[in-house]
Amino acid sequence: MTASSNAAPEGAPVSAPPPADKVGASARPTLRVGPSPHLHGPETVPRIMRWVFLALLPAALVSVWFFGASAVKVLTLSTLFCLGVEWLCLRLMRTPGALSDWSAAVTGLLLGMNLPPTAPWWLILAGAIVAIVVAKHLFGGLGGNIFNPALTARVFLLVSWPTYMTTWLKPGQRQWLAPGTDLAGITEATPLGLLKEGRLSELSAGASDLLLGNLGGSVGEISALALLIGAAALLWKRIITWEIPAAFIGTVAAVTGLAYAIGGPERYLAPHLHVLAGGLFLGAFFMATDMVTCPITYRGRLIFGAGCGLLTAVIRLWGGYPEGVSFAILLMNAGTPMIDHYLRPRTFGTATARQGATS
Amino acid sequence: MPAPCRVVVPLRQHLGAPAKAIVAVGDRVAEGQPIAEPGGFVSAPVHAPIAGEVTFVGPRAHPGGFPCESVVIEARDGVGPAATDGAPPPWRLPGASADWERMTRAELTALIREAGIVGLGGAAFPTHVKLSPPAGKPIDLLVINGAECEPFLTCDHRVMLEETAAVVTGVRILKRALGVPRAIIGVEGNKPDAIARLGEACALDDGIEVVACRVKYPQGAEKQLINALTGREVPPPPGLPLDVGVVVQNVGTAAAVARAVTAGLPLYERVVTVSGSAIARPSNVRVRIGTPLRDIIDFCGGLASPPAKVVMGGPMMGASLTDLDVPVVKATSGLLFFTRHECPDSTPHACIRCGRCGEACPLCLQPSEIALRVEIGDLDAAQALHIQECMECGTCAYICPSNRWLVQQVRLGKAKLHDRKQQRSA
Ligand code: SF4
Ligand code: SF4
Repeated sequence: MTASSNAAPEGAPVSAPPPADKVGASARPTLRVGPSPHLHGPETVPRIMRWVFLALLPAALVSVWFFGASAVKVLTLSTLFCLGVEWLCLRLMRTPGALSDWSAAVTGLLLGMNLPPTAPWWLILAGAIVAIVVAKHLFGGLGGNIFNPALTARVFLLVSWPTYMTTWLKPGQRQWLAPGTDLAGITEATPLGLLKEGRLSELSAGASDLLLGNLGGSVGEISALALLIGAAALLWKRIITWEIPAAFIGTVAAVTGLAYAIGGPERYLAPHLHVLAGGLFLGAFFMATDMVTCPITYRGRLIFGAGCGLLTAVIRLWGGYPEGVSFAILLMNAGTPMIDHYLRPRTFGTATARQGATS
Repeated sequence: MPAPCRVVVPLRQHLGAPAKAIVAVGDRVAEGQPIAEPGGFVSAPVHAPIAGEVTFVGPRAHPGGFPCESVVIEARDGVGPAATDGAPPPWRLPGASADWERMTRAELTALIREAGIVGLGGAAFPTHVKLSPPAGKPIDLLVINGAECEPFLTCDHRVMLEETAAVVTGVRILKRALGVPRAIIGVEGNKPDAIARLGEACALDDGIEVVACRVKYPQGAEKQLINALTGREVPPPPGLPLDVGVVVQNVGTAAAVARAVTAGLPLYERVVTVSGSAIARPSNVRVRIGTPLRDIIDFCGGLASPPAKVVMGGPMMGASLTDLDVPVVKATSGLLFFTRHECPDSTPHACIRCGRCGEACPLCLQPSEIALRVEIGDLDAAQALHIQECMECGTCAYICPSNRWLVQQVRLGKAKLHDRKQQRSA
């Protein structure tokens, strides 16, 4: 191009050539060439992940308030272990990703929030390895996984070490628990645990305790209110959309409400307690909405959420475990490719084409 | 800006066949005189943007990045813009008159064709072709596109404000040339000044409506605009607006039509948005076709900092230039001088399946899945996902948090499909 313009016959120009003192105008700036679009939106993966991490913090802080040193230990160890394992995986397996994308930090924090405050360090390490190596990198790293890593780890730990995974500290036990401490007397059952064992009459926690987090449970699931604050931030930032949480929580409320209405309060928990209890908010807002493992279309996400809600309610009411959120989400994760396949959106203009063809 | 003293006029300035030069080196031309004739039905003539002497006819750099047959005209003593006398009077289209309401449809269309008018929104499709719909495709509505085609571009807005009368006259002429009773001017809702002015000017013709539409990219895309204004959905390619009884024209095109039909002015200048952080004085300038980029840079105060990327057109669909030694063409809606900060390098990461691309796609495609299929080379699957329908608006790639090359992969896929088809038929 340059050659052709230099080779052009030059007539005597009428006016002087453009002044040369302007930056670069007469010089030849190095231009970069690339396909359009030439601009990019502000959203990036690290930014999204950072927001999720921040949004989890209110709930994490509430549990630090109620469980003190134990909560700090579980959350810190879990985040650090996950980051460490991720670093090793990235180096050894060379799957795509980077520590700086914050995804491992989110997984670590989520895993910690899914563990009981009494979890020993080796349990946390095992969880981190399952989450990062098995659930994430064996599937190809960030974006390739089918199952939510933190949840996979939680379920693995739950079936492998059920006792460790269901030893719930009483709220207010903030002291450092040295390994081997006798936990008898400072633990209690969760509301859903009582329900499963048929000891509903012993339930002391009311709706306000469930909201604030003044009860036994996993590190991150106790305070519905704190989780809601974080979720509101994510919804406001449009990092998650309303479809999954709404369908998920709505279905749980509907099914447990029906059971309550038919079976009566002696055998069933009121729907509003079902909604507030256990890991439902944590699951519905922060884990079912994990973009990698939920359907890609927003319509599909409604179905996904409803499926999660139905499975959760069924497991809670009639299953063998007191809590079903994790199982429900993992099962629906497995169904995601199918939902995506059958719910391809209608391409613009195809409706009129079909009308035209038939009319 | 004032007429330059030297213009390089490429003969391929529109979609369709390039024009054929009808002047030779040494010819003296008057401003506006035809210098090339259309090379087919889907083609348009080219006119001399300045008076002067033809000094070169042959291949020169085209903004598209390829050499293109061009005519170079240089102003000469006595015939240049500085001349006081002796300059030949500017050439005007014979047959033009302010009394256009007495002309027939065919006469109007012929005038528009001879004026070399092409769509000024950016695609540069010859206007007269759109005004000659095939028999059997009844047209009942003219849509005038006043929704800026892309972010950064404001030239349509300026045209609506400063040439309101010409725009409205142009719309009325186009209406008559098409024989449609109704026209809608769609303007984005963030330009209330333009809507008010157009509304006033349209008061004398009750067949024209000014409608505000939502501000979003790509509202200025034909199919999207038609959908927003009428609710009609243009079928996927090869579906055209014609198929739903609509013809779309840009506001700048309407103004050019008015000038051509009432005053006989051929299309040899246009309004260009000059913007981006690297230019000292971003502005909208009316420039002659063929003006070298460097003249425009100088007119706009020079470069404030070295540009990392220069884009002709809009930021979403425009082409990045390899060279500053190229001229403005009829399709040049914008010249954007981006600094490194504005267009950083993009390294694509893995898709996190967030669903934003599919949600944002104006055609409701699934860009992530299409791109994935193209990446693994499964062209049939990509085709089943409607890859051919993508209009390459770039929204998906803009929004993707993983910075994935979505529209880029779509283009690659389309090119590969095209190659494959040719190989099979060969
Ligand atoms: S470029 Fe992307 S957003 Fe635009 S039509 Fe194509 S797939 Fe859809
Ligand atoms: S926007 Fe990007 S990351 Fe999100 S689904 Fe589309 S391709 Fe994947």
